[in-house]
Amino acid sequence: MATYLEFIQQNEERDGVRFSWNVWPSSRLEATRMVVPLACLLTPLKERLDLPPVQYEPVLCSRPTCKAVLNPLCQVDYRAKLWACNFCFQRNQFPPAYAGISEVNQPAELMPQFSTIEYIVQRGPQTPLVFLYIVDTCLEEEDLQALKESLQMSLSLLPPDALVGLITFGRMVQVHELSCEGISKSYVFRGTKDLTAKQIQDMLGLSRPAVPMQQGRPLQTPEQPVISSRFLQPVHKIDMNLTDLLGELQRDPWPVTQGKRPLRSTGVALSIAVGLLEGTFPNTGARIMLFTGGPPTQGPGMVVGDELKTPIRSWHDIEKDNARFMKKATKHYETLANRSATNGHCIDIYACALDQTGLLEMKCCANLTGGHMVMGDSFNTSLFKQTFQRVFSKGYNGEFRMAFGAHLDVKTSRELKIAGAIGPCISLNAKGPCVSENELGVGGTSQWKICSLDPSTTLAIYFEVVNQHNAPIPQGGRGAVQFVTQYQHSSTQRRIRVTTIARNWADAQTQLQHIEAAFDQEAAAVLMARLGVYRAESEEGPDVLRWLDRQLIRLCQKFGQYNKDDPNSFRLSESFSLYPQFIFHLRRSPFLQVFNNSPDESSYYRHHFARQDLTQSLIMIQPILYAYSFHGPPEPVLLDSSSILPDRILLMDTFFQIVIYLGETIAQWQKAGYQDMPEYENFKHLLQAPLDDAQEILQTRFPMPRYVHTEHGGSQARFLLSKVNPSQTHNNLYAWGQESGAPILTDDVSLQVFMDHLKKLAVSSAS
Amino acid sequence: MSQQGYVAAPPYSQSQPGIGGFGPPNSSVHYGHYGDPNSSYSAPQPGVSKSAVPFGSPAPVGPPPPGAQQLSQSSFQNGSGTPGQQFQGPPPPSNTGPSYPPYSLQSQAAFPNAAPASSAAQLADQLNSMQINSYGNGVCPGAAPSSPGHPAAFQGPRLLPPAQQQMGLPPAPQLPPAPQLPPPPANSVNGLCAQPALPPMARQGGMPAPVPPNPNLQHLPGQPPGPGYHPQQANYGPQMAASQLSYPGAFPGGPAQLSGPPQKKLDPDSIPSPIQVIENDKAAKGGQVYATNTRGQVPPLVTTNCVIQDQGHASPRYIRCTTYCFPVSSDMAKQARIPLAAVIQPFAAVPPNETPLYLVNHGESGPIRCNRCKAYMCPFMQFIEGGRRYQCAFCTCINDVPPFFFQHLDHMGRRIDHYERPELSLGSYEYVATLDYCRDKKPPNPPAFIFMIDVSYRNIKSGLVKLICDELKTLLDKLPREEQEESSAIRVGFVAYNKVLHFFNVKSSLAQPQMMVVTDVAEVFVPLLDGFLVDFEESRSVVNNLLDQIPELFADTNESETIFAPVIQAGMEALKAAERAGKLFIFHSSLPTAEAPGKLKNRDDKKLLNTDKEKTLFQPQGNYEALAKDCVANGCCVNLFLFPNQYMDVASMGLVTMYTGGTLYKYNNFQINTDSPQFLSDLRKDIQKKMGFDATMRVRTSTGFRATDFFGAIYMNNTTDVEMAAVDCDKAVTVEFKHDDKLNEDTGALIQCAVLYTSMSGQRRIRIHNIGLNCSSQLADIYRTCETDALINFFAKSAFKAILSQPLKTVRDILMNQTAHMLACYKKNCASPAAVSQLILPDTMKVLPVYMNCLLKSSVLAGRPEIPTDERAFHRQLVMAMGVADTQLFFYPLLLPIHSLDLKSDAVPAAIRCSEERLSEGGAFLLANGLSMFLWLGASVSPELIQGLFNVPSFAHISTETTSLPDLDNPFSKKLKHILEQIQSHKPHTMKLMIVKQREQPEMLFRQFLVEDKSIYGGASYVDFLVCIHKEISQLLS
Repeated sequence: MATYLEFIQQNEERDGVRFSWNVWPSSRLEATRMVVPLACLLTPLKERLDLPPVQYEPVLCSRPTCKAVLNPLCQVDYRAKLWACNFCFQRNQFPPAYAGISEVNQPAELMPQFSTIEYIVQRGPQTPLVFLYIVDTCLEEEDLQALKESLQMSLSLLPPDALVGLITFGRMVQVHELSCEGISKSYVFRGTKDLTAKQIQDMLGLSRPAVPMQQGRPLQTPEQPVISSRFLQPVHKIDMNLTDLLGELQRDPWPVTQGKRPLRSTGVALSIAVGLLEGTFPNTGARIMLFTGGPPTQGPGMVVGDELKTPIRSWHDIEKDNARFMKKATKHYETLANRSATNGHCIDIYACALDQTGLLEMKCCANLTGGHMVMGDSFNTSLFKQTFQRVFSKGYNGEFRMAFGAHLDVKTSRELKIAGAIGPCISLNAKGPCVSENELGVGGTSQWKICSLDPSTTLAIYFEVVNQHNAPIPQGGRGAVQFVTQYQHSSTQRRIRVTTIARNWADAQTQLQHIEAAFDQEAAAVLMARLGVYRAESEEGPDVLRWLDRQLIRLCQKFGQYNKDDPNSFRLSESFSLYPQFIFHLRRSPFLQVFNNSPDESSYYRHHFARQDLTQSLIMIQPILYAYSFHGPPEPVLLDSSSILPDRILLMDTFFQIVIYLGETIAQWQKAGYQDMPEYENFKHLLQAPLDDAQEILQTRFPMPRYVHTEHGGSQARFLLSKVNPSQTHNNLYAWGQESGAPILTDDVSLQVFMDHLKKLAVSSAS
Repeated sequence: MSQQGYVAAPPYSQSQPGIGGFGPPNSSVHYGHYGDPNSSYSAPQPGVSKSAVPFGSPAPVGPPPPGAQQLSQSSFQNGSGTPGQQFQGPPPPSNTGPSYPPYSLQSQAAFPNAAPASSAAQLADQLNSMQINSYGNGVCPGAAPSSPGHPAAFQGPRLLPPAQQQMGLPPAPQLPPAPQLPPPPANSVNGLCAQPALPPMARQGGMPAPVPPNPNLQHLPGQPPGPGYHPQQANYGPQMAASQLSYPGAFPGGPAQLSGPPQKKLDPDSIPSPIQVIENDKAAKGGQVYATNTRGQVPPLVTTNCVIQDQGHASPRYIRCTTYCFPVSSDMAKQARIPLAAVIQPFAAVPPNETPLYLVNHGESGPIRCNRCKAYMCPFMQFIEGGRRYQCAFCTCINDVPPFFFQHLDHMGRRIDHYERPELSLGSYEYVATLDYCRDKKPPNPPAFIFMIDVSYRNIKSGLVKLICDELKTLLDKLPREEQEESSAIRVGFVAYNKVLHFFNVKSSLAQPQMMVVTDVAEVFVPLLDGFLVDFEESRSVVNNLLDQIPELFADTNESETIFAPVIQAGMEALKAAERAGKLFIFHSSLPTAEAPGKLKNRDDKKLLNTDKEKTLFQPQGNYEALAKDCVANGCCVNLFLFPNQYMDVASMGLVTMYTGGTLYKYNNFQINTDSPQFLSDLRKDIQKKMGFDATMRVRTSTGFRATDFFGAIYMNNTTDVEMAAVDCDKAVTVEFKHDDKLNEDTGALIQCAVLYTSMSGQRRIRIHNIGLNCSSQLADIYRTCETDALINFFAKSAFKAILSQPLKTVRDILMNQTAHMLACYKKNCASPAAVSQLILPDTMKVLPVYMNCLLKSSVLAGRPEIPTDERAFHRQLVMAMGVADTQLFFYPLLLPIHSLDLKSDAVPAAIRCSEERLSEGGAFLLANGLSMFLWLGASVSPELIQGLFNVPSFAHISTETTSLPDLDNPFSKKLKHILEQIQSHKPHTMKLMIVKQREQPEMLFRQFLVEDKSIYGGASYVDFLVCIHKEISQLLS
């Protein structure tokens, strides 16, 4: 199967696409029996060093309902200068500029290696990027100070011509005017009153130009920048000014009495930010960056009252329908998120507090707009500082790793339809012939908007095979999918990236082994996990688990080799062998388990899960564990309690946490100070090795993981213990013998038990 | 006689200033003579009644009258205006005619000699006799007047005035004394007598000569004290008769009255003159010490300058009553229809030579109060049982004396520490309040001033914003503070607004002020707490920086719409958030038309005038009432400076100001170069005013009557608590009382006014004023102790309040009616029988008709389309908050001749009556009513005068544009400046000086203030009004 693995890898590198099935079952019925849907993980802006963008417009199919882009799969009649669309079979004339093409003189988009190609188009005015900071001032002094410094630092990271704005909030919301010399000026809003976009624009004095703007937009009215300039200014002009302004920011001056939370008007602040951008820069790339240090406590979007004696909602409260403000708040933020997304603006949430901050209610802001969500304990931690800095990191070519306002348009050949997408996107409600009626994720459309994306942003796109069983596809027929992503590059250029892929059809009845061999279990696990998480967001947890289990059992029934009712006979082929394990860990993961996690944490984890690429997603599902010992070089070990040995140092990467765990003996050695003795330098090196590796991960990952350094018996060891497969617990400790590992005090089933059950159920003739 | 008394008095008083050294001795003599002035006073009062008759009028009049009279009446009027007369002897100018001059001379001569000793003695005698003799009627007129009239002239007069309770219309005065009836004659007679007095005053005042004082004396002198007396009486009868004859014609002539024959016009000099009354009182009491040790004692007039010594009753500066003797029963009160009211000015300014209020601090136990009625400890409380208990004078409840307050009684039953404790010996004092008296039981924070500046296009362009900002820079150093404090505790804050609000953070730690804009005017709020209200000292540099920047910040604004209610709301919310009381200074210049709460539209509609809907013009639009209520509840006082150039709906905009005890200032068509001195002066004065914040006033009374109605810049949430967001030294509350029951003549009627407030330093205090009034079953007693100035204050306020709910005509009719009733009741019950045609006025109400007429034709009640609605609303609002002195001046302006200033004296020259007849072409006159001031220049005023005042060569060169006089280094100019200052001092509003030349257009404006004349807007002349009121009275009595 090496060929398939290579194929998969190659495809991923070239196109940023990984399909669950790389050979497609050729009929609807067969496809549904495959259990794992035909779907793919698409990384639209996958970094490609070898992909120089072309400087012209793509050639489109002339059929209005199709408009597919000319691609290497199209049949071209070089003599007639015609090409046939491979999706709708429309024959199209080449535009005049293509007059000189021939078999030997092909444009890039016709060359097979350019199945993914990027166009730079000159279309519309180039508007600078907009960064709007929303800063919570109800912070502790050190926190605020740290945040101020981070913000000041960030000014130097922004593109010089980017527009920047500042909104601060506490009990009130202040929109700071940045253009004025001398006296600093801000517009203040009551934190308890929800305002419509119109009201906000009126109050900020933005409404007057509304008329000219609408009429004048196409004409590139010169007033437009003038209007907004009061609140949004080019960084290079006002960075001094803004630095001072940030420096002078004071904690919210309103007194907070004993036993109360500070009044935080997050909801209104966000609403104003959205309204401000809506009025000034609709449909241009903009980042609203919300920095908050606690839950919204008043006004629309409040999550908890200001009485400290009433704790913020827990999962328990939510289950009991005891979370008073949740529904209303969620609705408020959803409305905002949708408005913002419609205008192509993204919302980042940087929430740093020890308690919850209302991410559960606010999550949609980041989820729907492609914004970042960062959760930390304090702004005064390197976790926040570095993460924030990384928002502005630059890619290999010195460009910001962010893009804005993307439209993703998916086209399929007629045997396929689009069921939906899961990722940081909203539907554009583009109905069409290739849109399925069965929705998976955000469906009912063939186009989505992704307000902000970076090179790793990955969407899961689900398809439905609609070819009827009795209409066989000719042998060697291929299904094709085209992904057209239009976006605003960080350099403010408009770009279009087109990826066209094709896969073979196969008759599942006769060629099941082909299909089976072309199964991408990693992609399938992530795709199923996304579906599961998507369901978990809307359904009860246990139901999702049950659904997941059923799917797994069905898959095993379909693809396992076994004798009925004989669990021991059960075998899975190599291409499926890891899948049950992924599902086992997924079931235990915080994406589906809320136990031990606050609602905010769950939202945070799920947010990241729904946007990371395959590799990261897999780490999230099944953390990676490395062992360091004197017995040999560092090696990956099983994520199992048996891997926890006294003379080992373990390094676990769960994506969100990096845990370094010193085994019992190692810890004792360290306490004894051996590492400081010259004769035990090797021990020092051993201690250092995982630190260095951890650093490497910490340096590159966004958001920066929580770094935990612990040892046997340490309280923070729980991070490790909760992740490993509890193969040894207090229940079976003695039964399994003490030869190795550390028992986990849990009632969770271990992988072995899980697998036993799975086999039993899979081979059972009853189901 | 009363008139004579009248006459007599003035001469005296006049002589004082005029003669210079002369005055003082006299007064002292007086004083000495009386020994205890108080006692002497009280004595005369009762005596007044009848005795006068004999000597009274006749005496002076004597022989000369008849002749003179006629002359005067006919020729008089003619003559008065003519220059010719002026040429003649100095005194005669007006009516007095030739006969007087000689007198005057004599008098002068005689005076010095006779005056001091003998006269005093005589007076005393007379008084005594009067008392004894007193006639049933209680009409005292005669007594008093006569005495003055006589030789007594000098001193007599002084004493008399107090004694004289009643004054007749020309006829009346004399009548009372002498049943002699025919008022007319009397009138004439009096007129004559009076005239000499009056005219001289007026005329001569105008004259350059020092004469004026003398003229008054003239009468007196004429008759040698002793002797003249009887003869006069003899004469009297006949004279009267004669006068009657002649009179009828003259008097009734006006309206329908009796015979309307010959002369239509009543001789203006023959009718009671306010100036005369004022001068008489000045002469009698001016410069003396007035001790408030007697219950029911009538204080000097507001126009009289004297030193007041608190000896157990509140100073008249704090409380003045319409009458100092209440009728015992409500029936009696109804009969007289004299309003029973007190005008309370709880924070009135006291001159430096009077003692400020003592502050009593009982520590944590707080003020001592009656358990039942909660009245505060005061001199009226009666200690019993050896001092262990006390009986409340208000509700008669017997209370235990708290142990810490216990003190033994002396043999008089008085506490030994009586004189050591202000609350036992003084009429006014303050208590330090305990936390129980504070909002939320928390000690108050020092108050705050918030300056809220309209920075719309017009104000920026006119330079007003810059003017205000520049001024504030220096003014903020002068915030008011308690005497003992080094710096003011008051915080300051700043807001600039147009269609939106701009708050400023001026925290001392900032390098630059910060501006915070609130655009949510529909639901306004305060965007910041810390840094908004700051200590000026600490934030000086930031504040100054801000004040420098405000004009620039908005320099290129083109916002012309403004909001208003949200501005007040914002200020109030700021104070509320800061848990402080305070005052907003709002500088506003246009009708608030921006879309926001409190938006106003132009609803000025002249068509409504004189209809039932006219009242709507005075009612506020929108929800300003609720806003006002909120402001009061939060101790937020709103001071409003308006700069309109068109209709601004003052009725609505000023409402909050009025309810919160603020002051409204209005500068029509404000021009920075001409009007800024006036505005800045107002602003300075207002900021520095001593005041109390977040005040609640409660008026408690002894049993039998109670306070039923309150008028003023106040808010009433219930029927007893008068709430004032702030109360300053100029604000007065007029309280009306009604009977519940019979009053007791022995215990009298006691009033205690307690004002709980926060001081400028943020201390919670209770200011207490106590006053005791007499009670009597004799109507005459009531009439004798009335105070016309207070009555007018009451009438004005009640009428101005009534116009909100009733048509103006009804209100005017009610006023007329009540005036007629009061006077008719007097004539019927107190005066000696007289002919129906005779108009008899009680001495204390002599000038009620003229004042009432002024009130009736004031712009508020006039309802003429020529008067802008805003102006009327403005006046209405001002008057509602005025004290007695202010209403007196407002309704009867001060008119001073200044071409004949006595450069050697410091004194302000004697005023003259507000009538065109009193002006002269060659003269220059200064008129002031508390709001505006005019310098009227006769067409032939002397070039020297012009040069001296204006530094221009001739009349034609004088610019009427200017609003101030140049500072010139000549005595005349300096003197005039000094006079201007004196007039201006203690007046709440700065008066803008307008130069008016005779026979030029602006004169029309000036003439409106000549209130004794027929108004160009149709108001009746004094004479016509008298005739009219006389008719009413006659109808009532018939």
